[in-house]
Amino acid sequence: MKKIEVRELDLFYGEVQALKKINLDVEANSVLALIGPSGCGKSTFIRTLNRMNDLIEGVKINGTVLLDGQDLYKEVDVIELRKKVGMVFQKPNPFPMTVYDNVAYGPRIHGIKDKKKLNEIVEKSLKAAALWDEVKDRLHKSALSLSGGQQQRLCIARTLAVEPEVILMDEPTSALDPISTMKIEELIEELKNKYTIIIVTHNMQQAGRVSDYTAFFLNGELIESGPTDQVFYNPKDKRTEDYITGRFG
Amino acid sequence: MKSKLYDKIATIYFYAVAVFLILFLVSLISYILYQGRTKLNIDFLTSPPKFMEAGGGIGPQLFNSLELLIITLIISVPIGLGAGIYMAEYAKPGLLTELIRLSVETLSSMPSIVVGLFGLLVFVTMTGWGYSLIAGALALTVLNLPVMTRVSEDSIRSVPNSLREASYALGSTKWQTIVKVVVPAAMPGIITGIILTAGRIFGEAAALLYTAGMSSPALNFSNLNPSSPTSPLNIFRPAETLAVYIWKVNSEGLAPDARQIADGAAAVLLLMVLIFNILARWLGSTLYKRMTGEK
Amino acid sequence: MTVDKNYERKRKLVNSFGKAIVFISALLLIIITVSLFLFVTSKGLSTFIKDGISIKEFLFSTTWNPDREVPAVGSLQFIIGSILVSAFAIMISAPLGVSSAIFMVEIEKKLGQKILQPAIEIFVGIPSVVYGWVGLTVLVPFISKHFGGLGFSLLAGILVLTIMTLPTITSVSTDAIRSLPVEIREASYALGATRWQTIRHVVIPAAKSGILTAIILGLARAFGEALAVQMVIGNRPVIPKSFLEPMSTITSIITMDMANTAMGSVWNDALWSLALLLLIISFTFIIIIKLVGRRGMYK
Ligand SMILES: Nc1ncnc2c1ncn2[C@@H]1O[C@H](COP(=O)(O)OP(=O)(O)O)[C@@H](O)[C@H]1O
Ligand SMILES: [Mg+2]
Repeated sequence: MKKIEVRELDLFYGEVQALKKINLDVEANSVLALIGPSGCGKSTFIRTLNRMNDLIEGVKINGTVLLDGQDLYKEVDVIELRKKVGMVFQKPNPFPMTVYDNVAYGPRIHGIKDKKKLNEIVEKSLKAAALWDEVKDRLHKSALSLSGGQQQRLCIARTLAVEPEVILMDEPTSALDPISTMKIEELIEELKNKYTIIIVTHNMQQAGRVSDYTAFFLNGELIESGPTDQVFYNPKDKRTEDYITGRFG
Repeated sequence: MKSKLYDKIATIYFYAVAVFLILFLVSLISYILYQGRTKLNIDFLTSPPKFMEAGGGIGPQLFNSLELLIITLIISVPIGLGAGIYMAEYAKPGLLTELIRLSVETLSSMPSIVVGLFGLLVFVTMTGWGYSLIAGALALTVLNLPVMTRVSEDSIRSVPNSLREASYALGSTKWQTIVKVVVPAAMPGIITGIILTAGRIFGEAAALLYTAGMSSPALNFSNLNPSSPTSPLNIFRPAETLAVYIWKVNSEGLAPDARQIADGAAAVLLLMVLIFNILARWLGSTLYKRMTGEK
Repeated sequence: MTVDKNYERKRKLVNSFGKAIVFISALLLIIITVSLFLFVTSKGLSTFIKDGISIKEFLFSTTWNPDREVPAVGSLQFIIGSILVSAFAIMISAPLGVSSAIFMVEIEKKLGQKILQPAIEIFVGIPSVVYGWVGLTVLVPFISKHFGGLGFSLLAGILVLTIMTLPTITSVSTDAIRSLPVEIREASYALGATRWQTIRHVVIPAAKSGILTAIILGLARAFGEALAVQMVIGNRPVIPKSFLEPMSTITSIITMDMANTAMGSVWNDALWSLALLLLIISFTFIIIIKLVGRRGMYK
């Protein structure tokens, strides 16, 4: 089943075109990896899927993006959309609040006040993000006191607490050490049973390890996409092959 | 959805505050300029005030304000710049640096009336100079030094380290690096800062009531003997400024047109501050452009 | 490149000399601050030491008869006057100032930077006597006409100080809010928060210590402002019973009376004691700001 369908998507930052005629489908409950050199438009693309680009002045978008068959830019309310499509950023960005309040933030702004209910959500989300055991004794300490890896898993927990259907991850491990990276990769493996995940990564091995599908971007264009094995070992486009082999050295 | 409604209401509220403030400022400025419009002429700006009769000007006060401003800058800019250089380039974390910082913060939020009283005690009474231009300038220096120090320190800190390294790599001493590379690079910020503080000095009154004094002997501009009481070059003469004059007119204005005179003086004061403000913006961006080479 | 030995020596000398000069400049700031404290303190204490007036009477009595045979210099009404006028002014200017800061950073960046920011800077630059003069010629008659009384009143003082503290609060809280990382805002929006929810639950709490600093600085400015307030409050040495009554503050009584008193008289000493009180209060504000700043999360 297709969760997201992108059709003829163009994006401009003022005069500069950053995405050119992107066509891409994302299967439900799968992991899609976006790869490509820096500046090719991966972040820009992923941010069109929860309309984060709305926050940047001068951005113009043409084409359609469908989520469950509905046009994101015409038929869907942006707040409902972001509830459904969560996002984890490159640099861990916890709020300067307690661990608990970070996770409870989303449910609270969406109207959940009941203390017991919140406690449940916080515990469940932290467990799902494999962080519960490490923080259960310091739920009311500042989130900024956690290590970088813990902060990133907290951000994942915070995203899960809103119960999204899709999770976007923009290079979620690039600021982390190898052990934290491993933990997050394991987490992605578990999460994909319940969620549709789109992950931008610079790391070819990571793309190979965690993803079912891969899409290769270059200079704002989608060059090739398909099952990860096929894109990696049997690329159709010469540029894809160059990039992947170059990376694999 | 309730959260969206709240969002709308909040947005409207923030716009309302912004619009209100801007309208308020515009009407305040236009009111002051409008009230003083008949006085914005050369005669009013240059002729001396009259006692008990109409038609006086603000010549000496305006001149005193400018002279005081210049003397204050001559004293406080070098010292403030020096202190700023020390804080940005030399100061090591420690008790002494903390003390200097605390002094800067304390002085910069010191009520100016207190500074005025300190000036009265030290620069007026202890020195025996009496109410004088120089006592006023020193009191204003106390007010201005912390600001100048901060401005210089901030501008110097924002100079990229690569410039310093480049200079050291050519074998410069630290002092040469500071004087020839760092301070020139920090100049746009420093000059903008100086002009903005100049506006503040120009409008200051509370610190001057009991230092530069509330009287102003007639000036004879052809008298260049610095020890004569009527010479503009005499820094030991009492020197009422424009800002002090406005305050005084309100409490003890004896001329029948005291109200108009104060209106005119307020308009002149406001105009000067606006000019300082615009000048600072313009000069700041021009110098910055020249330095970064995008003419 | 050949090097002239003499030149080398001179260069080193200039290097040390330059360092000494800037060090002395910095030291001068400490010297000024310390001597300001010493002088004001020694003058301010003579009311209690030389004139034998008790600190309790000075702080807690409202009997102000400094020119009598047996002078009374109870100053409670001035202290309360300063507190009333500053506190009410801040209650109005703090919400307005923080709101306009939020407007500039979160709502309309471009318009904020092009129009509101320069406007605020001009507000800062307008001299206090000009504010006082407008207060005297517009506000005082207005209050008198529409609310009764002379117009010279607590209310007039509050309104003048509201305008004067607003730019301080706005610019300091703008800096605080602007320095927050953009990522925490994105995180909030990405969870489906509205802009108002983001402002209310993320931006304001995260900038809390900066905003608090802004408000305290505003309060310090209100407390220390002399002429603008003195021009509109009527200068009667009493505690006002309503917003429309005349009153005095610590700064206004100093401004008014200093010129009328002889150095060394009890009256004069009492004014110095008030100046000392002002000094202590302003220093306390600085210390509070330091403590608040230390608790800031992003500093
Ligand atoms: N806010 C912005 N304004 C203007 N140009 C931008 C902005 N963000 C990104 N770009 C440009 O768009 C292109 C794609 O950037 P990005 O999506 O961040 O690439 P990636 O994530 O693949 O490294 C780059 O050329 C970048 O400079
Ligand atoms: Mg990117």
